[in-house]
Amino acid sequence: MDSLSLLGDGLASAATPENLLYAAIGVLLGTFVGVLPGIGPAMAVALLLPVTAGLEVTQAFIMFAGIYYGGMYGGSTTSILLNTPGESASVMTAIEGNKMAKKGRAAQALATAAVGSFIAGTLGTLGVVFFAPALASIAVDIGAPSYFAITVMSLVLVTAVLGSSKLRGFIALFLGLMIGLVGLDLNTGQPRLSFGTTQLADRLDVVVVAVGIFALGEALWVAAHLRRTPLQITPVGQPFLGRDDWRRSWGPWLRGTALGFPFGAIPAGGAETPTFLSYLAEKKLTKHPEEFGNGAIEGVAGPEAANNASAAGTLVPLLALGLPVTATASIMLAALQGYGIVPGPQLMSEQPDLVWTLLASLLIGNTLLLIINLPLAPAWARLLRIPRPQLYAGILFFASLGAYATNLDPFDIFLLLVFGLLGLAMRRFGIPVLPLILGVILGPLMETKLREALTISDGSPSALVGEPLAVVVYVFIVLAVAGPPLVRRLRGSGSDSDTPEREKELV
Amino acid sequence: MTETRTPPVPEAPQRAVRQDRAQLGLAALLLAAGAYTVIDATTLEVGFADPVGPRLFPYVVGSVLVVLSVLLAVAALRGDVPEADAGEDVDLTQPSDWTTVAKLVGVLLFTIVTVDLLGWAISGALLFTGAAWSLGSRTLIRDVIAGFVLSVASWYAFYVGLGIPLTPGILDGIL
Repeated sequence: MDSLSLLGDGLASAATPENLLYAAIGVLLGTFVGVLPGIGPAMAVALLLPVTAGLEVTQAFIMFAGIYYGGMYGGSTTSILLNTPGESASVMTAIEGNKMAKKGRAAQALATAAVGSFIAGTLGTLGVVFFAPALASIAVDIGAPSYFAITVMSLVLVTAVLGSSKLRGFIALFLGLMIGLVGLDLNTGQPRLSFGTTQLADRLDVVVVAVGIFALGEALWVAAHLRRTPLQITPVGQPFLGRDDWRRSWGPWLRGTALGFPFGAIPAGGAETPTFLSYLAEKKLTKHPEEFGNGAIEGVAGPEAANNASAAGTLVPLLALGLPVTATASIMLAALQGYGIVPGPQLMSEQPDLVWTLLASLLIGNTLLLIINLPLAPAWARLLRIPRPQLYAGILFFASLGAYATNLDPFDIFLLLVFGLLGLAMRRFGIPVLPLILGVILGPLMETKLREALTISDGSPSALVGEPLAVVVYVFIVLAVAGPPLVRRLRGSGSDSDTPEREKELV
Repeated sequence: MTETRTPPVPEAPQRAVRQDRAQLGLAALLLAAGAYTVIDATTLEVGFADPVGPRLFPYVVGSVLVVLSVLLAVAALRGDVPEADAGEDVDLTQPSDWTTVAKLVGVLLFTIVTVDLLGWAISGALLFTGAAWSLGSRTLIRDVIAGFVLSVASWYAFYVGLGIPLTPGILDGIL
């Protein structure tokens, strides 16, 4: 109940007419950028961060919340209308969503996605309201050794559990950790990996790194492989849901939310697993099994809700521990740091008004999203027809503008180009992006905690396992990484057929 | 879940014999990066009262990168082929078009060199026009106009809306 009254205060301070205007602008910009093909939510948020630069904290948060949910919703629009999901979390939405669109039910697919996102986003944000303070109050007592263990856990899980090639995952992670080293050492003030330049010694701007890897890297990759044949785009009418659609959607919305939120809140959960599980669950539970594979509305409603609930769930570790677990969350962390806010256990007690304003802004942004975007859906669909040369030229333009505007230094555009080329190489060589971004962001934090822990023990490494929680976390990491292959080996012992698969896993 | 990736890689049937030698270049790059990280760390001074010091982390990160580069080289030689990124506008059935990428990099380098002199309004417009042209647009006049509208509008949006004066360059006093 305490949380609710604090949220009420947050709503009161967030819901002024001026702030609502910023939220609306954020929703519009976020959806606009998110709908553009080739741009996922993480990229939309990174590209639009500079827009919030000159605003005061509250307004920036509110606009940011709009951008966040808008970018997510825009991504699902693209996957329903184009059948080529921009990110793995939308794969499930695209399966049934595009089939619905082809049967002339694009409007219903977009509507169930929008309402489902709204319900999941609202319930998920309320979940954050209840869980984040509880987790933070436990986390306040966590010492440096356990904190170090938890960062190791989130990095290892994201790298080893997600993605198809572990080797490439770890390459991405350690490249990210290396990028995170660039700049002044936080303890001794000596520049590392700075090539004698002051701009590098000043530490890299995470936004420049993220925009380079996500936006410019993607644009260059697309440029090398631009599809010359136009895609099939389904025209959209006014989105609405018939009585039957409502009846069939509400169950999947709620079940998707229940699946998505916990997966978002744990490291390495991400949105892929819950969207997949939600799709399977709806396929099992549906009264219209014959429609699955031919455009069943449940197959859009469930995964879309799971996707949004998991996005809200990622805010629990982000706000309570300062741990981002998805690419979008890591960019949000960078944005918060830009305002001098360090998410972590202390944030809830030291700057509660900020946290509650942010959470209230998310609720407002989510509501505006529904109000604004349902009527605008046909207009968004038209964005998919922008000619590709101009579209990607625009992405290059805005990426450069974003990098340049922060310090007005052409060197930042140069850095953007360097990271863009790195992003291009990563896409060419199948190296995942998420471990790299997490490495950049969590690397410095990890090093700080490691040195803190070892300074207390005067350099003895036994301090790292000096707390029970740290030991538990390390055991969990070993189980999570070694467990699945071990189980597979025990089950498949004696049969030769699984050997090549196992080999593939090792590489 | 990955089965839905479009389009299928055409060379999949002869996968066993095919090698992706370009990965060796990436491995060499990783090796260089890892080695440099370690060498750079040796130049750091360790303060007292800091048992870990600024060296340990770069040592670990650099050495692991070196190990990973060797593993990647071995995997590449054994015929491990990366799964290139799919996407809405990506057509992996066509051979890579690196000329377009080189043109775009050239356009960005031009922007980096000229933005302080010409100012954002002109450099940004040229960036947009050049990038659109590199990507195959042949409506030059329309692109120039669109580029100028974007760059002048963004200049005013940042100046009036956010209070950030982007470099005016040679248009100083006109904007």
